[in-house]
Formats: sequence, structure tokens, C-alpha cells
Amino acid sequence: MIEFHLDARSGVSPYLQLVHQVRHALRLGLLREGDRLPTVKDVVARLAINPNTVLKAYRELEHEGLVAARPGVGTFVTRTLANASLAAHEPLRRELRRWLAKARLAGLDDESIEALFSTTFRSAAEEDIA
Amino acid sequence: MTPILQSQELGKKYGRRWALRDCTLEIPAGRVVGLVGPNGAGKSTFLKLAAGQLAPTSGGITVLGGRPADGPAQLAKIGFVAQDTPVYPRLTVADHLRLGAGLNPGWDAGLARQRIERLGLDPAQRAGGLSGGQRAQLALTMGLAKRPRLLLLDEPVASLDPLARREFLQGLMEAVVEYELSVVLSSHLLSDLERACDHLIVLTGSRVRVAGEVERLLATHHRLSGPRREPGRLPADQHVITARHADRQSTVIVRADGPILDPSWSVSHLTLEDLVLAYMDRQADQHTDEPARAITLEGRR
Repeated sequence: MIEFHLDARSGVSPYLQLVHQVRHALRLGLLREGDRLPTVKDVVARLAINPNTVLKAYRELEHEGLVAARPGVGTFVTRTLANASLAAHEPLRRELRRWLAKARLAGLDDESIEALFSTTFRSAAEEDIA
Repeated sequence: MTPILQSQELGKKYGRRWALRDCTLEIPAGRVVGLVGPNGAGKSTFLKLAAGQLAPTSGGITVLGGRPADGPAQLAKIGFVAQDTPVYPRLTVADHLRLGAGLNPGWDAGLARQRIERLGLDPAQRAGGLSGGQRAQLALTMGLAKRPRLLLLDEPVASLDPLARREFLQGLMEAVVEYELSVVLSSHLLSDLERACDHLIVLTGSRVRVAGEVERLLATHHRLSGPRREPGRLPADQHVITARHADRQSTVIVRADGPILDPSWSVSHLTLEDLVLAYMDRQADQHTDEPARAITLEGRR
């Protein structure tokens, strides 16, 4: 079962953090179809957050078709996001490592690497939309 | 949905000083409401009026459809944990539970026993020997075992260390789910409120400055910064909360229902803390007792 956590300084609203964590776990295959999400009571008792925050996150996930609530039983994962792409992770990771080594050799420090990655990522994403 | 608490021009005067005035509010059921403001702003007065421990000087307050102090049935619906989570130091934990059972017709002995067990408190221990965190948990247990529909807490975590604070709020949030409680709690600790509350009331200088759903408050307040300009030159639907002007730059915090379209502003979001501080700051700037109209943003469901 997934264990949620919250980053108070991230600037991302708590309910979205929960949504992201479920999607992330689905993508990595840590949550699979049929798995139960923690109950609202469990989550608030652990994180000391408002129950409506959890309800909202679960509603959003339900809306996306990733989970379904069975009244009186719990909220269950209905789809996985990992499937075929999980197999592609390893070769991609190897390529990324090679790229990172090249970047360091060229004299980039951690911050420059992150900045380069995120600006390229964003501009590529924008081109896709356009 | 019927509101759990409603007040109309509620006011309370001590001698010649107004501790709270012109307080008009509506709190929907099922919320966890954070009550924030500096010391002496009227937070405790508001909570005591809601608990029926004080009578209003002017205006009125209704809790669950009745006046708070209207007889035992009405008082049973409201739980109140006063400031510094008071307990009787010479009485044991078990004595407290017996006392609670004797004083409250709806006392849930099972709930009280289970909670004490889970917290690992020794029933034979005198309350005076408990740690701050344990005392607070005992007071919360007393408040919950009464099985109120509305629980009022006055600065329940102010004197606790971070771990005890977190544990207290964990228990409180769990109870909100389990017993379908509505909660109003006052606190200085905005980081705790940010997690726990979905509704906020900012009180300064005896008046309500802003109240509403946290999500809506955050969506409608913005920080604008850009080339210096006079605040009067903002569109009519943007209400200035605070404005700072340097030689060339202005930074303004505004409330606006619509989007900010002026391209010369760079717009950033506020955290709940920024928002509360802006309202407190505004009060400090004004140094006046003018009835700055409270801004009430009611989320519609």
C-alpha cells in the first residue's frame, strides 16, 4: 500500500501532492490494479491533514479513471500506468547516465544540468502542444 | 447545507472596550475552521461566545440552529477545549473520565477508554504529572467523548513541541472523519493550520477581516509586482489588501475574483501564511478602528 507524505515547502497544494504520488507509484509499478488506497481516516491520522484534502485527491483520481471507490470497502486502483513503458525504463536510464557523464565532462555542475534539462523539457513540451 | 454556526453583528464588550464587534459569519458543517489573529484580537472571545460561556453584548450567534447556552441539550452539542488544554492536576486520568461521564449525558465511555489506551496513558496517573502533549491529549479526549457535533479549541497546540503538536492534530483529524465533527480551532501556527483547516477566519483588532474557504481564498488573492504606480489605478474588481512602493517598483497584494490581465504586472500566488500576514499587516498600517468591511468569501457547493 502506498504511504503518502507532504512537502510543505513545495508550493504544490497538498491534494495535488497526493494525486501526483499515486500517479507516480502507478507509473513505477509500485501500485497495481486491484490495490487498495489507504482510507481517508488512515491518511489524515498519519499526515494530520484535513479530510477534505484526501477526499478531493481521491475524487480527482477517480475522475481520471485511475481508481474507483467501492462504498464501505475502500478505494481501489483500476488501471495501471506502467505497463509496456516500464520495460523501456532501463535502456533509457542507461542513455541518461551516459548523457549526464558527458554533461559533467563538459563542465556543467548539478544546477546547470537541472536547469538545462528542465528548460529543454519545457520547450519540447511546448512544441508538442503547438 | 445548513451552517453549523452563524453570527450576525455579534459583539462583546468588556467595560468600555470591544473585544469583538460586527462579527457576521457563516460556517458550513463538516469543516475544520482555523481562527487566526494576533493576541487580543478577539479569538478567545469568539470561541467563548460560540461555546455559550459568554453572552453577547450585541448581535446574535446560533450554533446548530439554537443559541449556544440554551439549556443542557444545546450545550451537549458543543465541545470546548479552553486555552492551555486545562486539566485538574490533582485528579488522575481515570478521575477525569469519571468526571466527564458524570457531567455529560451523551458521554461515550468506550471512546474515552480506547483513546486513553491507544495514547498509552496510565489511568492511575495524576494529570499534574503528565507531559504537555499528554495533557493536551487528555483534554482532547474529554472534548471528544462528550460526542459534540461542534468542537471548539482555543490554542490547543500553542505550548506543545512539534512532535506533540503533530500527534495532537493527527488525533483531531482522525476524529473529524470518525465522528463527523465540525471543528473551530484558534492558533498562531499557520503551518499547522495550512494542513488541517479547509476554512479560515482572520481576526484583527476585534473584527473579522476575511473569512472563507482556504482554497477559494488562495485562488482569489495575488501578489502583483511591477513598475511603480498608484494603487487607485487598479481595475475596480481588484481590492488592494496591502501595497508597498519603492522608487521604481510597486508590490501589491490584491483580492480579485477574475484573472489579472495587465501584462506589466508579474503575478505570483500567495501561501496561506502570506495571505494571513497581509491582512494583519494591513491592520497594523491603518491604526484605526474604522469598520473596514469584512470580506466574506463563501464557497458554494
